[in-house]
Amino acid sequence: MIVTSPRTKDSAVYREVVEAGDYWMQVINNGQTLRILDLEGNQAADTLFYNADDPAERYSAIDTIREQGNVYLTAGSKLLSNECSLMLEIVADTCGRHDTLGGACATESNTVRYALEKKCMHACRDSWMLAVAQNEQFGMTKRDITHNINFFMNVPITPEGGLSFADGISDAGKYVELKAAMDVIVLISNCPQLNNPCNAYNPTPIEVLIWDE
Amino acid sequence: MAEIFPDKDLMYEDEIPGGAHWSLLLRRGTVLRLIDKAGGANVGMLFYNPQDLLERYNAPDTLKCQHTFKLTKGHCLYSDMGRIFCSIIEDTVGWHDTVGGNLTDAAMDKRWVTKNYQQYRNDWTLSGQRSFLVELSKHGLNKRDMAANVNWFSRVYVDDDGNMLFDPDNSKAGASVDLRFEMDTLVIFHTCPHPMNPAKEYPKKPLVYQLRKARPVEGDDLCMNSRPENQRGFQNNAIYHLQGGY
Repeated sequence: MIVTSPRTKDSAVYREVVEAGDYWMQVINNGQTLRILDLEGNQAADTLFYNADDPAERYSAIDTIREQGNVYLTAGSKLLSNECSLMLEIVADTCGRHDTLGGACATESNTVRYALEKKCMHACRDSWMLAVAQNEQFGMTKRDITHNINFFMNVPITPEGGLSFADGISDAGKYVELKAAMDVIVLISNCPQLNNPCNAYNPTPIEVLIWDE
Repeated sequence: MAEIFPDKDLMYEDEIPGGAHWSLLLRRGTVLRLIDKAGGANVGMLFYNPQDLLERYNAPDTLKCQHTFKLTKGHCLYSDMGRIFCSIIEDTVGWHDTVGGNLTDAAMDKRWVTKNYQQYRNDWTLSGQRSFLVELSKHGLNKRDMAANVNWFSRVYVDDDGNMLFDPDNSKAGASVDLRFEMDTLVIFHTCPHPMNPAKEYPKKPLVYQLRKARPVEGDDLCMNSRPENQRGFQNNAIYHLQGGY
């Protein structure tokens, strides 16, 4: 569902460009709104959320899709934790559909999906590993890495039980906005994948913006 | 099923009542057969590497590596480290779920009348969430280690718009699925109802499980050759075993 935002970039309290292959890890407060902006189009932003007061409570893909009764995320989707508590709600979306079943790329899963020789190519899970190592204040480790959202990524699922990574449906300037219902740690890997169409074989920057409401 | 495993191959058989939980440490080269004794069973299951408990079953990797939304014969179950815990070598059901998740205490309370232990003793009702927590705790794990589980015998499918639907008639009495373990694996499981099960009363469906020694994996193995990705997954397991991994 396409819902545009009333917020203007000028009124944002925070703006930062995150290049492909980098991570972004910050706390956003209850009531703040986060925008992830696809600057050049067809980029995947692999994103995880944690309760800032207790990171053992985290975004749960399976609880979120089951409780909303639909496998795709878009405006109106309520993102639930592993305790089935509301963490954030998608309040604007100009892309229309986002994936939460495809998971993130890892060097190890790349060996299975593409070739054993590709194991040293950069991957989202490595960005997350670096993020938790460089942000010890959150007390997180590999243990806390769970199933993420792939904003802007197109993973169609068929009634017959098929699942594939298809060409992106995002474009330059498309964005998604999330309003926090608790203080949350946001962990984004701006996906470096070069082996599939999740980012059109051309990883590009995203921009992260925050508003106080 | 009898043609691939004669009765003499049976090493162990056990029954777990509906609405209960247990765990198993299974060696590489073991076949675990799960049997839906009464029909309509659900078996929630999680997998861990006992040598490195941080390595666990990864549903998204399993699905995307094999371009599938369902699990059935020919599929492999992957860890987050690109290795195969087990292969589905036989399946009389045809569709098992790994995205429906787990029944929480709150959801159980909302849908069915929760029966407490004080009044009902072992006829009480347990949630899948509580069941996993108990079994995980036995091995030093907790909710931080919990990931998307498999729901054996349950079918969750989607319509053209992505709406999720539950099939209450997916599994008949006597249906079974055979898992061949490709590395040593800690298996955590429960027999609590699927969270999307619309039954009027909390369904208690027993599970019979059997252990057998697997035949050697030959070059023309169905699971290894069902996709080129699985050939590479088996290669990753071989490299792991070379390095002293079990």
